[in-house]
Amino acid sequence: MPVIEVTDLRKTYGGRAVVDGVSFAVEEGEIFGILGPNGAGKTTTVECIEGLRVPDAGRVRVTGLDPVADHARVARVLGAQLQESELQAKLTVREALELYASFYPDPLDWAPLAERLGLGEKLSARFGKLSGGQKQRLFIALALIGNPRIVVLDELTTGLDPRARRDTWELIEDVRAGGVTVLLVTHFMEEAQRLCDRIAVIDKGRVAALDSPAGLIRRSAGATVISFTPSAPVDDRDLNALPELASVEHRDGRITLAGTDETVNAVITLLARHRITAHQLRVVDATLDDAFLDLTDDRTKEATA
Amino acid sequence: MSTAVLRTEVRLFRREPGAVFWILLFPTLLLLILGSIPSFRQHQDDLGGLRTIDAYVPVAVLLGMIVGGLQAMPQALTGYRERGILRRMATTPVRPGALLSAQMVVFGVASLVSALLVLVVGRLTFDVRLPKQGFGYLLALVLAVLAALALGSLVSALSRTTKIAGAIGSAVFFPAMFCAGVWLPVQAMPHLLGKIVGYTPFGAAAQALNQAAAGHWPGWGHLGVLVVWILLLTGAATRWFRWE
Ligand SMILES: Nc1ncnc2c1ncn2[C@@H]1O[C@H](COP(=O)(O)OP(=O)(O)O)[C@@H](O)[C@H]1O
Ligand SMILES: [Mg+2]
Repeated sequence: MPVIEVTDLRKTYGGRAVVDGVSFAVEEGEIFGILGPNGAGKTTTVECIEGLRVPDAGRVRVTGLDPVADHARVARVLGAQLQESELQAKLTVREALELYASFYPDPLDWAPLAERLGLGEKLSARFGKLSGGQKQRLFIALALIGNPRIVVLDELTTGLDPRARRDTWELIEDVRAGGVTVLLVTHFMEEAQRLCDRIAVIDKGRVAALDSPAGLIRRSAGATVISFTPSAPVDDRDLNALPELASVEHRDGRITLAGTDETVNAVITLLARHRITAHQLRVVDATLDDAFLDLTDDRTKEATA
Repeated sequence: MSTAVLRTEVRLFRREPGAVFWILLFPTLLLLILGSIPSFRQHQDDLGGLRTIDAYVPVAVLLGMIVGGLQAMPQALTGYRERGILRRMATTPVRPGALLSAQMVVFGVASLVSALLVLVVGRLTFDVRLPKQGFGYLLALVLAVLAALALGSLVSALSRTTKIAGAIGSAVFFPAMFCAGVWLPVQAMPHLLGKIVGYTPFGAAAQALNQAAAGHWPGWGHLGVLVVWILLLTGAATRWFRWE
């Protein structure tokens, strides 16, 4: 049974459907990503899962329970890091950790957790005096302190420096290795690609695609990009006849093709047949970035359509 | 109610020197200043033979409640809501209501401590008699605290931001102080004015405290006025309070 089930979720603000029929299921033990541009409805969706917002329609179940009606039971197994929140300015890091640990029946030991998140030196510092990154790390600690079965992290590494971001990714991988299911909202492609088993791409309140990172890349047009400077001109008709070709571009004598592995093979055969040497030949796999833009950006869709 | 949340809020209250001063110390300080004026220590006919300093004890007692309930608590609560502190707590098994009740206990107890300090210092420095009808006095005191907290909750419910809470708090603050008798003790008010003021929460509280101080059971009328206010204000606050 999935630990999180969202079925046809809808939420409307001021007559505008901000979440418009979102469905997905998160399996136990996976890291599930929600990726999407700003304003796509990601936060609204996960806050319905956390029981902070009440859906206008649709069904949300966390370990089979309704997060609004059964709030206390869901809150015991679900740890949350909100996109935006604060603590009392004069509360120290240690007091915050102790306080939040006291809310749960079987909390983690807060000292190693704080150490792990690089807060060991800051235990006596007041929340109001922490830097943005330190606040963020404290909120990650508070999401984990209750020893939850599920953690929901909204914009996990926003505000963190590259070093802390990588440390946090390792932490999340360890957390998952301990059997915790992770629901991760992000707009960092690198983060999604590195951490997520599956990703739901949300755009304008709808699920635009749901697949593994590799699957998303594979299904985007032009998953592989081949570029080279030919030693002699190549006939355009030959290029356009290449199998599974998505696009051709000429610039300063250099040719850039987008396609698949099959396109790569065909272009090499083509060049060999005409005894043309490909200088500075590069074959690059498209990234999640490309796939994401392909899935969410209307302009590229229209341009390639 | 969560004891861990309460303990935290008590700790945080002690870290607010402003709140500690205005709620806990200022009323007593005001009493000391007034008592240092020689004429205020003489018996006055228009106060029914009491000294001005005697008449100001209940005023100082109510002052701590007004500052705590009407100014400090709405600021704290709207700030907690505005900054998402209530929301963060709403994702835990302890609901944000725990934070509201802890705040009420903190400000309620602080104003009772402030009242006690006024009574003790008044007794020790100016020989103000302790209330003769002790139980009646305590009852009036508790009802007054509850009314102040209910009024503060309503201000918190109606204010979207701390700025609005500050503005509403100040707007209600001066009439509340007037009714409590800061400018003119209720005993010295003209008959009609005193009657009108007696229908306000702090006017009724001041009169009930005066009666109990003099050794009478505080009039059921005054206590009834307080109870009605508590119910009305609490009902309105519950109806309009927003968690975010
Ligand atoms: N409480 C709210 N009231 C009105 N509009 C809201 C509210 N919450 C979110 N929205 C709107 O819904 C849209 C989606 O918001 P959000 O879920 O925060 O997007 P994301 O997290 O994907 O950036 C935005 O346009 C936002 O302005
Ligand atoms: Mg968001």
